[in-house]
Amino acid sequence: MYRRHVRRSNGRALAAGVLGVVAGAAVLFAARNMMRGHRRIIEPEDAPRRTWRRKGRWREGIFAGRTITVNRPREEVYARWRDFAIFPNFMENVRSVTPLDQTRSRWVVEGPAGSTVEFETKIVEDRPNELIAWESDENAQVRNSGRVSFRDAPGGRGTEIEAVIAYDPSGGAVGRMTAKLFQRGPGVQTRRELRRFKQLMETGEIATAASRPAASHG
Amino acid sequence: MRALTWHGKHDVRVETVPDPQIVNPRDAIIKVTSTAICGSDLHLYDGVIPTMRPGDILGHEFMGEVVDVGRGNTRLKRGDRVVVPFVIACGNCFFCRRQQFAACDNSNPAYKADISQMLYGHHMCGFFGYSHLTGGYAGGQAEYVRVPFSDVGPIVIDDGMEDDRVLFLSDILPTGWMAAENCEIEEGDTVAVWGCGPVGLFAIQSALIMGAAQVIAIDHYPHRLELARKLGAKTVNYRNTRVYEALMEMTGGIGPDAVIDAVGLESHGFAPDNLYDYAKQSLRLETDRSHVLREALYACRKGGRVSVPGVYGGFVDKFPVGAFMQKGLTMRTGQTHVQKYLSGLLEMIRDNRINTTFLISHRMPLEKGPDAYRKFAFEQNETTKVVLKPGMEARNG
Ligand SMILES: NC(=O)c1ccc[n+]([C@@H]2O[C@H](COP(=O)([O-])OP(=O)(O)OC[C@H]3O[C@@H](n4cnc5c(N)ncnc54)[C@H](O)[C@@H]3O)[C@@H](O)[C@H]2O)c1
Ligand SMILES: [Zn+2]
Ligand SMILES: [Zn+2]
Repeated sequence: MYRRHVRRSNGRALAAGVLGVVAGAAVLFAARNMMRGHRRIIEPEDAPRRTWRRKGRWREGIFAGRTITVNRPREEVYARWRDFAIFPNFMENVRSVTPLDQTRSRWVVEGPAGSTVEFETKIVEDRPNELIAWESDENAQVRNSGRVSFRDAPGGRGTEIEAVIAYDPSGGAVGRMTAKLFQRGPGVQTRRELRRFKQLMETGEIATAASRPAASHG
Repeated sequence: MRALTWHGKHDVRVETVPDPQIVNPRDAIIKVTSTAICGSDLHLYDGVIPTMRPGDILGHEFMGEVVDVGRGNTRLKRGDRVVVPFVIACGNCFFCRRQQFAACDNSNPAYKADISQMLYGHHMCGFFGYSHLTGGYAGGQAEYVRVPFSDVGPIVIDDGMEDDRVLFLSDILPTGWMAAENCEIEEGDTVAVWGCGPVGLFAIQSALIMGAAQVIAIDHYPHRLELARKLGAKTVNYRNTRVYEALMEMTGGIGPDAVIDAVGLESHGFAPDNLYDYAKQSLRLETDRSHVLREALYACRKGGRVSVPGVYGGFVDKFPVGAFMQKGLTMRTGQTHVQKYLSGLLEMIRDNRINTTFLISHRMPLEKGPDAYRKFAFEQNETTKVVLKPGMEARNG
């Protein structure tokens, strides 16, 4: 099933702008396993599964995972990430994220040709200073899930953030539209978004070479 | 405003472009009073640095007056006279905290950082006016510049010292100083310096200040060698002399304790095939500038130190890893951590312990920028350093 979807979407096409977008229920489940993946294998191997040569069910295009170190205390980093409303500051295609209650948020994401796509997400796991996981609504037009974990970096170097994102490569009209939403590979996108989050946390602003205001993200 | 822009190989122009404005809270806008052309700019001029785009504003050595300050910057105020480091650094990240400013994690915009991450395994920091590899920031060969993280980089000059004395704090003076520092000079040491351009000349001066017993300067331009001699260096003209043999004879058969490559690989492009072909040519090829690194490693004494301020961008064939390993050499290199050296060097300039103006050969209006590039690129013997002055009246002819 995954294999077929991946071939159709051809990796690149699925590039996503939200820290994640679009995921079927099976994919959501798989995302969780992927994050834990390396702990369950028999042969001793400490590298995360996404870096294996033979990835098994891991496929770029469905999952993206990246780790970054932020030179700030874990509590502070977690608290900033827990505030979904700031996501548009560092996520390229996200126009707004409006919290609806403690766990639910409404996302507005830029679509092709100036259009927008909206969906809701809910936080499905929240361990303060350790982990935040969210999934999009079951009947969301654009389905996605993300798990972000926080751990102390060694030697007082701040916090390691690991983000794993799942995408739904579903076909049909919605799938095609979704594919158009995002121009880059999810791995690259995730790395850039983590970099911007790091810039924001460490320097209070997001680096840009623009010579005048109004130009958006760096 | 008027600015010097890049349009391709040996094609730079002075054009009218939009004035910069404050974008981020920690920004400042500087009105440029003096800006220099660097040997590194020649790599751009020669078209060997990738990711340049027509219209990019050049220049990374500049100083001037603060005319606007972002609301997040409490250090600078309007009217301050500042020299700006070519390295853009945030001051907050792991690297900045340990004063490795040129390794700053945060100053290269996220999407541009991918390019150098792919090339080098890790992304570079931001520089002014130096291609999109280093962020695509507009440079300082212009009337105005937007300076990000301006609460960290620029150093305030508050005692009226003239521009010419302090301008080179922006790059080549700290670069020469760090090159000498990387030699870990001990009493009695001989330091050999390849290249008597501005970087080499400041490295020579710094090595002597740090207590080198003897500095040997290597180049082929008589006038540049003459400047080195005036600083107190012994000179070797590689046109007339076999460099390795000369260095051995001038050091009692031991070889220099430390060697500095202040030339770099400037005449090479980044394309691997291009580099490979070039490197396959004779090792003695005069224009093959990776020759300097090989020669320096070959001449350096056992257990000696190799310092490389010269810029390299891609790959070098026939890197003498055998000499490097068997002689137990140490190599240190990198873009300069300019911010780290500013206050110390400013003090030395103020106390006249370091001479910063001897190498300036030309002062020209910004409008004459294209002429200045031509001179610096093709009349290197006489043109040792050009300072452009945006405020200076452009004369006819
Ligand atoms: N690391 C840094 O942060 C940093 C900063 C500034 C400049 N640089 C680099 O330092 C290098 C020198 O800069 P510059 O402004 O002095 O440049 P420059 O072009 O003015 O000087 C280079 C000198 O090297 C000489 N040379 C060429 N081939 C030689 C050889 N085989 N043996 C001996 N000398 C030789 C040339 O004749 C010239 O005088 C450049 O590569 C520049 O990009 C590095
Ligand atoms: Zn320079
Ligand atoms: Zn930094």
